Amino acid sequence: MQQRTVLSRPISLAFISPAFILIALFLIYPFFSIFSMSFTNQALTGAAAKNPQYVGLDNYAELLDFDTWMTRGEFGSSILITAQFVLGSALIGQAGLGMSIALLFYRRNDLLRHLVYTLAIIAWITPDVVIGFAWFAFLDPNTGTLNNILGLFGLPAQDWLLKFPMLSIIAFNTWRGTAFSMLLFTSALSAISPSYLETSQVIGASRWQQFRDILLPMLHTTIATDLILITLWTFNTFTPYLLTGGGPGYQTELVSIYTYRIGLQNFEFGRGSAVAVAVMLINLVLASVYLIVSRARKTK
Amino acid sequence: MKSGWLARVLSNILGVALALFFLVPMLWFVFAPFNEHATLSVRIPENFTLNNFQVVFSNETAVRSLLQNSVIISGGVMVLTALIATLAAYGFSRGSLPGREIITYILILFSSVVTGTASLVPIFVLIYNLGMFNTYQGVILATVGGMLPTSIFIMRDFIDGLPRSYEEAAMVSGASPLQIFRDIVFPTLRPGVLVVAVMAFVSGWGAFLTPLILIRNASMRPASIAFYQFYSDEGSPNIPLVSTYAVLYTLPALLLYLFINARYGFRFFGGIKQ
Repeated sequence: MQQRTVLSRPISLAFISPAFILIALFLIYPFFSIFSMSFTNQALTGAAAKNPQYVGLDNYAELLDFDTWMTRGEFGSSILITAQFVLGSALIGQAGLGMSIALLFYRRNDLLRHLVYTLAIIAWITPDVVIGFAWFAFLDPNTGTLNNILGLFGLPAQDWLLKFPMLSIIAFNTWRGTAFSMLLFTSALSAISPSYLETSQVIGASRWQQFRDILLPMLHTTIATDLILITLWTFNTFTPYLLTGGGPGYQTELVSIYTYRIGLQNFEFGRGSAVAVAVMLINLVLASVYLIVSRARKTK
Repeated sequence: MKSGWLARVLSNILGVALALFFLVPMLWFVFAPFNEHATLSVRIPENFTLNNFQVVFSNETAVRSLLQNSVIISGGVMVLTALIATLAAYGFSRGSLPGREIITYILILFSSVVTGTASLVPIFVLIYNLGMFNTYQGVILATVGGMLPTSIFIMRDFIDGLPRSYEEAAMVSGASPLQIFRDIVFPTLRPGVLVVAVMAFVSGWGAFLTPLILIRNASMRPASIAFYQFYSDEGSPNIPLVSTYAVLYTLPALLLYLFINARYGFRFFGGIKQ
């Protein structure tokens, strides 16, 4: 497609400049600040607070010390926990459930559809602090709603956050974030002309064939966009901290919570910064993979 | 569709199950605020009361946090994000900047990591040196900075889907780029601007860590932090009051969404996609 330009280069730069200034101040500057701090032993307390020393790659070597890094509460372990969390709650949970809801209510405009959509969106836009309380009450081992419901079916009460902490935060984050994928897929589906599906029905395609051969290929850029955004968001989300605090015994210590503990609870700024840089690199790899995959499919 | 009644019944059962899945964890908030002795369990109050609301409204700090501080902060975040992101997305979409795809992706990467907990230290130092510590502006600008990349990314999708012919026609008849933006692009983009504005408002309304670190003055802190007004000195929450305050705090974000949804329909991507 030929790209015509409406704006000359200086004018388009003028349009971008307010955004550029804020992004430079609050994203790019902190990034370089974190980057340079990651080579020091900067801390809030102790001798290193006043005179931080350049320590080269020591912080990184410590993170990647392969003898200990998979121990609970260490960097490698938190990355593994985060990977499970992203796979379970973002890719399977949010994207899967969001797509299922969008398909279930495809070309339906009834009360049930409005109910499901409104409730999912309420779960999405309610502030973190409130959601934290809600799920804390929901999962309470003694009088929580979940245990009360299970009790109706004669099932035993569980201390969910203690016994199944990982499952709990995966369910929590699926519940919390599905609305975004649901809305994105719904609007992409509504842009597809119904004539494609009608034609395929005439020649006897099954529902699954329609999904695989018509909808999926037409949705692949939307799916790539969705997966990039929710993977990055989920990878860096801090909200499960409100439920488990990373515990019990570091079992749910996502890498964001690990960073928080090192940097803002232990105040080891140097080490915390090294973690942040490592996380940034992982995010870069994730986004690049999706980018390459979606480009490759587009040119096919 | 050849789906028989069985398929229809099954899909309705599935739909009801989904509705319950999203509803049940929030059910607690429907009853607890109206019960003076609320616990963590969902129970229809025996003595329906508005007493909790009365106590909450008599706490001056909590009320100011909700009705003044949170409104200023998230309103500022909403207006600035929507305006600045739309301007930038328009510049990216209609200009001829080299490498704009890469730039947008890199910025999204930046925002997803740098808005994390690690960056709060340099942001604190920066805000302090700019003389914006303990001000609304500091929190607003820092939050907007973090929101911009994703907002620009979403707005660009809307703008890329917009035909250029209107703008070209306006250009031929001598309108300036700013006039074209104000009179043609911005109005046509209303659904997109609303998506970004609502996301920004909700994000500013819910922000917790940034204002916690950038505002020390209790009378200026937003509602997300004012919850601690209803904690005992030992740090345990007063459950009836916390649930009441939570409902009051959630309501504005919810009403804004419902209003916009009823008025314009909340959806992604513009209406005139080619």
